[in-house]
Amino acid sequence: MIEVQHISKSFSGRKILDDVSLVFETGKTNLVIGGSGSGKTVLMKCLVALYTVDEGDILYDGRQFSKSTEEDKRLLRKDFGMVFQGGALFDSQTVWENVAFPLQMFSSMHESEIKDRVEFCLNRVNLNAAYQLYPSQISGGMKKRVAIARAIALNPKYLFCDEPNSGLDPKTSIVIDNLIQEITEEYNITTVVNTHDMNSVLEIGQKIIYLNKGQKWWEGDKNSILETDNKEVNDFVYASELFQRIRKASQKL
Amino acid sequence: MKVFETLGKYFLFIGIVFSRPQQWKRFWKQFFFEVNSLGINSLPIIMIISLFMGAALTIQTAYNITSPFIPLYAVGLATRDSILLEFSPTIISLILAGKVGSSIASELGMMRVTEQIDALEIMGVNSGSFLVLPKILAAIFINPFLIVISMFLGMAGGLIFGLLAGVVSTHEFVYGLQYAFVPFYVSYALIKTVVFAFLITSISAFFGYYAEGGALEVGVSSTKAVVYSSIILLLANYLLTQMMLS
Repeated sequence: MIEVQHISKSFSGRKILDDVSLVFETGKTNLVIGGSGSGKTVLMKCLVALYTVDEGDILYDGRQFSKSTEEDKRLLRKDFGMVFQGGALFDSQTVWENVAFPLQMFSSMHESEIKDRVEFCLNRVNLNAAYQLYPSQISGGMKKRVAIARAIALNPKYLFCDEPNSGLDPKTSIVIDNLIQEITEEYNITTVVNTHDMNSVLEIGQKIIYLNKGQKWWEGDKNSILETDNKEVNDFVYASELFQRIRKASQKL
Repeated sequence: MKVFETLGKYFLFIGIVFSRPQQWKRFWKQFFFEVNSLGINSLPIIMIISLFMGAALTIQTAYNITSPFIPLYAVGLATRDSILLEFSPTIISLILAGKVGSSIASELGMMRVTEQIDALEIMGVNSGSFLVLPKILAAIFINPFLIVISMFLGMAGGLIFGLLAGVVSTHEFVYGLQYAFVPFYVSYALIKTVVFAFLITSISAFFGYYAEGGALEVGVSSTKAVVYSSIILLLANYLLTQMMLS
């Protein structure tokens, strides 16, 4: 469980996160949604300490994180797995080497065990024919799957996904969403996903937090989000023509 | 104020870089990769430049000696001292600042903007030390060898092209190379080379590591890396010369 306690973050005097308090639950896919500039990415970067919070604290299963030393942060980060928006795969390494990297750096596994683990992770994301390819030789969807394989290689307790569906076609997006949810439930980890893709929200939104103007505006799940009377959330959910039509159709029924 | 802020940030960066590698095996692998990438791959350009600079130095010196009282072996002597004192350590380092500096800055800059450095940090890797330390140490290790090769080739170029141009004989040129040789000049050149290698790699890495934005900003940081490392290299050259030769 990740507890965010009254965190604030400003850049050049501009408040991006304003007294945000949240709880991300273990074994669930926790989605953070909101429009562009709502503070989603800053929140995620604060969660993994790429940004230092100005006020407040973040607790990982009761362990203080924001105010801990760099060394303690580095130790706790070994329990993190992160899927970046663009994948952030290492260009100079093959798919196999990318997934093996955290294992070679931080585990005491022998080469044969690493080989087995890498094969397991790549099979888990249905990528068993791309071992020797470089990131520049694979598609966007494959990059995301390699990034997920790399993120789960060390059995993380906390998985962070920053807009995992951006730039993907709807079918591949569903594959990625389902993969994230399956992994979350299978390993009972705490997963935080930043997205503004409503398909993802309805697919895997076991817990949803809506951010607006750097504040927590609404909290619920994939069922309650369609029924809320919160104006800002409604504007966000029903922004597309498709969802407006679905609403009209369901009202007629 | 901005200058002091950048300077402070640079020294903090150096503090991050010079920390114990998290895995020695991977460090050595990366170190030898960088020796090849930054050093061995620069050899062809250094060889060509050294050969022709030595040639130009010899011919220009010979054509400018008009007094019959100056012996022709002075051509060899002037070529040797120019190459040892300035040409090989300073000019070749400036060329490396362009070639190696832009490569380091753009590589790290691209890694920064594509979040690869963030990915390393989140895994718990000290990205500064992991990415930059092997580059700095590899350059400090390999550059003196490159400079020694440059010295030999510069003098060889002077001899070959001096003979082809008919401005000096082998005997006179070789006598000039050996005449009043000061061994300290070689030590001086190698000390300068080590300092320059550190400056080129660390300054370029600093600009690349803290690049922000996209491809355009990576290009800007790459340009800044070359400009700043060249200027600081020349400043260091002046200070070292003043300290070691005065």
